[in-house]
Amino acid sequence: MADEQFLRWEWIARNLGDPIGVRLLQHLQLSFLSILLGLLIALPAGVAAARWRRLYPPLLTGVNVLYAIPSIALFILLLPYTGLSPATAIIPLALYTLAILVPNVADGLNQVPSHVRQAAVAMGFGPLRRLLRVELPIAVPVVIAGLRVAAVATISMVSVAGLVGLGGLGQLVLSAGFQRQFPTPVVVGIALSVALALLVDGALVLLQRALTPWKRGRGPARASRTSRPFRRSGRGLSKRAPAEAPEPEGAG
Amino acid sequence: MTGTVLATELAGSLGVVDWFSRTEQWTGADGIPVRFLEHVRYSGIALALSAALAVPLGLLTGHTGRGGFLAISLANVARALPTIGVLMLVVLATGIGVTPVMVALVALAVPPILVNTYEGVRGVDPQFNDAARGMGMRGWQVLLRVELPIALPLILLGLRTAAIQVVATATVAAYVGVGGLGRFIVDGQARQQIAMVLGGALLVVLLALLVTLVFALLGRLAVAPALRGRATAVR
Repeated sequence: MADEQFLRWEWIARNLGDPIGVRLLQHLQLSFLSILLGLLIALPAGVAAARWRRLYPPLLTGVNVLYAIPSIALFILLLPYTGLSPATAIIPLALYTLAILVPNVADGLNQVPSHVRQAAVAMGFGPLRRLLRVELPIAVPVVIAGLRVAAVATISMVSVAGLVGLGGLGQLVLSAGFQRQFPTPVVVGIALSVALALLVDGALVLLQRALTPWKRGRGPARASRTSRPFRRSGRGLSKRAPAEAPEPEGAG
Repeated sequence: MTGTVLATELAGSLGVVDWFSRTEQWTGADGIPVRFLEHVRYSGIALALSAALAVPLGLLTGHTGRGGFLAISLANVARALPTIGVLMLVVLATGIGVTPVMVALVALAVPPILVNTYEGVRGVDPQFNDAARGMGMRGWQVLLRVELPIALPLILLGLRTAAIQVVATATVAAYVGVGGLGRFIVDGQARQQIAMVLGGALLVVLLALLVTLVFALLGRLAVAPALRGRATAVR
């Protein structure tokens, strides 16, 4: 495939504003709102699952079954009710983030050491204040680890919404590229989607650093707390926090 | 308003029962069994290819500790790839066929398998390594007889995550005309038959549940009893 044939720069230059910029903005809007809605549902759900342990297994099964429904099918099924509005894309995508976010919020809260909780109680913190001022801040790294996976997955999945005409870079790929047998918009769509995902991922890392000032300036070995306190250096120096390591159950 | 929505919903769900019970749905080249098997075949091949690629790479980088950062970074970039875009790009490059579907699905399935295998091996307590070496094991023996069994719950978790994603995403195969359960979803949309879309989606969910069941069984069979439940504990 000749370079000229596969990627036509003059097409990109001519269409920077209309299809490219417009679709990129739609993509950003759809993914941001989906992730935000997902987080708004996952936080109380995760808190409940951490508080009432018996709720955890059925909740986990529920969000995992949701995750197995193909996104195209969900978009199409919502179309008769919500039409070609952003909600048609946002509702399914927000539901998908739950499979990653709910277990991470619950696990993050469950990892709060009991002596910390007791100290908060001893200082006179009520349940709500303890949750907001002590437990959730400690859970931030685990929650953000999940948020990073959910964000990257959502941004790449918004493209599917383009197949049913809901906008975003998927629509650029489909109507400007695929249907006209013209590769340039397809490449542009993929590249912008990947760039957006990696940018948001990086922004979340920065957000985590801003939200956990007590972790700065300490050796990363400190991050792999509680479970293996006496890990040898070398192997133990990996940067990961425990919940960051394994792929969440329904990731991607 | 709510009344109409409820009525449509009811009609929809009844339509699904009707759709499933029609005999022509169960025979012929585009009957449920043929489409189901197509879907299973695409998903199975894609998962096998991804595992063949990602498991050895994850074991090796996890064992030596070399190239791990690079592998994880690549996995993250792959995770950010929009499956549908990759599918269409490969179709434009190679034409309609199974190859584009495989490329897109493998790109989707490699990251979770690779990351879990790598982290699983890295997470093995170094004391076990020391003990195994003290008993005279060589590097690859340590890998196969100590690190692999201990990492197995996490590796299986990664494979299961990948399998469920692949099963749900293999529906896009229908968009490039090579069948699978996505056919019902795409045709249902084209013919404005919500029952058909719903039927196709339900079959995919059923397949995903079967996958979960298979991995639960695999975990029982392959994971040493003392290590069971570890994957969920670490997660």
